[in-house]
Amino acid sequence: MAALTPISRKPLSLVLPTIAAAGAFLGLFVGTANGSGFLGVVIGAALIAFMGFVYIALLKNETLSKWISILGFATLGFVFAGVPGVVLGALSGWFYHWFTYWLYEGRYRAKLLPYLTSRQVLWFYSFRVICGAIFVFLITPILVVMPLSFNAENFFTFTPEMLRFDPAGYSLKHYVDFFTNSEWQRSFKNSLIIAPIATIISVSLGTLAAIGLSQSHVPGRRAIMAVMISPMIVPLIISATGMFFFYSDIGNWLEGTLGLPKNFVGYVKVILAHSVLGIPFVIITVTATLVGFDRSLTRAAANMGADPVTTFFKVQMPLILPGVISGALFAFITSFDEVVVVLFVGSAGQKTLPWQMFTGLREQISPTILAVATILVAISILLLTTVELLRRRSERMRGMSPS
Amino acid sequence: MGRQRPIRNSYDGDIMSELKGTGQQTADAPTPEDAFHEAAALDARETDSQSSGRNGGPVLAADGTPLKRSLSRALRRQKLRALALIAPLLIFVLFSFIIPIGSMLFRSVENGFVEQTLPLTVAELKNWDAESDTLPDEALYQAFVTDMVAAVEAKEHTKLGSRLNYEQTGLSSLFRQTGRKIKKIDPETDGPFKDKLIDIDDKWGELETWRTIKTHSVRYTNGYFLNAIDMQRTAEGAVAQPENKRILITLFMRTLFMSLVITTSCILLGYPVAWILANLPARSANMLMILVLLPFWTSLLVRTSAWKVMLQQQGVINEVLVWLGIVPDDARLVLINNQLGTIIAMTHILLPFMILPMYSVMQTIQPTYLRAAKSMGATNWTAFWRVYFPQSVPGIGAGSILVFILSIGYYITPEIVGGTKGVFISNRIAYHISSSLNWGLAAALGTILLAVVLILYWAYDKIVGIDNVKLG
Repeated sequence: MAALTPISRKPLSLVLPTIAAAGAFLGLFVGTANGSGFLGVVIGAALIAFMGFVYIALLKNETLSKWISILGFATLGFVFAGVPGVVLGALSGWFYHWFTYWLYEGRYRAKLLPYLTSRQVLWFYSFRVICGAIFVFLITPILVVMPLSFNAENFFTFTPEMLRFDPAGYSLKHYVDFFTNSEWQRSFKNSLIIAPIATIISVSLGTLAAIGLSQSHVPGRRAIMAVMISPMIVPLIISATGMFFFYSDIGNWLEGTLGLPKNFVGYVKVILAHSVLGIPFVIITVTATLVGFDRSLTRAAANMGADPVTTFFKVQMPLILPGVISGALFAFITSFDEVVVVLFVGSAGQKTLPWQMFTGLREQISPTILAVATILVAISILLLTTVELLRRRSERMRGMSPS
Repeated sequence: MGRQRPIRNSYDGDIMSELKGTGQQTADAPTPEDAFHEAAALDARETDSQSSGRNGGPVLAADGTPLKRSLSRALRRQKLRALALIAPLLIFVLFSFIIPIGSMLFRSVENGFVEQTLPLTVAELKNWDAESDTLPDEALYQAFVTDMVAAVEAKEHTKLGSRLNYEQTGLSSLFRQTGRKIKKIDPETDGPFKDKLIDIDDKWGELETWRTIKTHSVRYTNGYFLNAIDMQRTAEGAVAQPENKRILITLFMRTLFMSLVITTSCILLGYPVAWILANLPARSANMLMILVLLPFWTSLLVRTSAWKVMLQQQGVINEVLVWLGIVPDDARLVLINNQLGTIIAMTHILLPFMILPMYSVMQTIQPTYLRAAKSMGATNWTAFWRVYFPQSVPGIGAGSILVFILSIGYYITPEIVGGTKGVFISNRIAYHISSSLNWGLAAALGTILLAVVLILYWAYDKIVGIDNVKLG
């Protein structure tokens, strides 16, 4: 339906003022950066309007004019701001060309309902722009960290060399620091010890309990559910405070009465604390998967002589596995990311990666943090992909069409 | 998020419905459930037949026991099996989470330490009237010296000093110095002690010192809670703290206010995004969803350090603004180490928790309703405000409570980008735990915060239902 909206060329009286305004906007930035904002506005507006007029009225060749604007703007960019200006210039050249033709040919209406008034069309696109801005807000901080982690200087900001795309401005030295510095390596190792063990504990106990909870007659299900979800709801600082008091007593008892080594007790405390924090995630994901589980399958298995354990491992487990794995990933990332509780419960021997980052951010500001951050973003992209694939798989297995 | 990654309501409409049905059988096949219903029916028939005297005798199962009993045994066994599966986790959570929280609650009122260290003194103090203008008599001083000598031997007197120092500044050094000198006195023979103690330090001859000890010698005290709301426990009852020590109420208010601001800005930013995600075709919506989910999955520390990079004086935002000439180089914006920094960073961090519940609600709203409203002559605004918006309110409610609960207990981000003006009550709790070591006050603050969160949690349960919390 939408594709049938007829589009028609718009008069120059609409196109030229609009693109002139857009050009003035760019001119404002270039102008202020070079001394006079007002001059920039005037020149920008005039330049873009003139360009549009030439393309539409004289040149009448879209592909040719596209390359003219990209190259022209890139050259202008180079004149004003050197190498980074080329990139910005080429991009804005492409944009202004596209914008001019988009308006002139009336393409902006092509995908909209034919009966919309022009004000509705304007609102439609302004709304898109607002949403785009919010998406930029969401993603920019994460994107900014990545190039900065290749900084050759010990700064938290872009150096002139980096902006000039000078290879000398970039280096892997922060990554080298991360992989050679014993402090970072030790905390990385600690994270890799604590998170998997905590995950295993919360997944094994959580899956069993979720299966129990999904039975039809559980006395006090709501209360049990509330208790098990509570580690997720109670603010971390309160959990940490409570655990701090309690686990230091437990730790003293373990060390004093049982004579266990201090370091070992420290790990036990942190792992127990982290596995509690991971449990709600396992419970929630596994119960969700179990709701779609066809109970007649287990009865069929029992009917054919399988004992409950066999039934569980051969029939139920393979079907709920996607839910269990995504619960495990949540539990893992919870523990891997956790800093408040480990800060309170752990001692220096259990310093984890987030803890090290936290002290780094508070005390010695070192760009190695940004290198670590980039590595962690890569890990989270990996986890996100896995969870998404698992979700689709689980939906396919249950006969829904994955979206 | 740390864990501050807790809940994520499904962004997938058809999964959303799943948890709502927890506990109901979805399969069509006959289930044990049917048998129980049948048993109930049988039961009714049985009483029926007994009263009318027809047919006589209950229905029997295959092994000869009455069917009713056999079925209830099966039900009992099923319940036990379910409980046996749940039990390990329940015990684990009780042991390593609920008990610690309980111990924190207990610690906020527990105050046995003074009585433990100075048992004789506390007993004697009961006979002394704190309102009177006379110093305690010799018996009390003797009891105190005996207690003190024992405490010094056990090296407990400095701890006692710092405990009482929270209530009256200067007592810590008083106990330390007295402890050093009191060793020379023998509590058996060297009496009378009153003048000797006053010789050691004049403070022992002051009413205020004894009043403080008496006020805080009770086993269970409300003193920490009074401190938590900027009051103090004195001999005359609860009174307000001196002006310069009142910071906690301000901090509570600031925490609530900033959480509200953060929640509001999350609603304002989240609503358009959730709307566009719910109304775009599935393919592009999924692409855009990545932009929401990537921050959600990224480590909290990463996002916080990213904001530090963005917001600081030499940071990305300021550099760009200066480069564009919008802000002069010598008047860079102060975006970090104040409330603004905390609000910006936390809005970004908590935004996915607002978008995802809103999205899952908006997905279920039929687009035909809007069209119907418009076809009946509603303007765009009326159609949105009277038809679409009311249906999306549950999503806003769920997201808001979630974001508010999360932000009210936030610690890491305010600590790093908040400076002194932008910190929350949780930062004060952490300060009392790790720096001032006033654990009782930390526990009292934590208890108050917990109460607030539990009320919100209860509201969340009423509005959304815990069962509807959904991940991935």
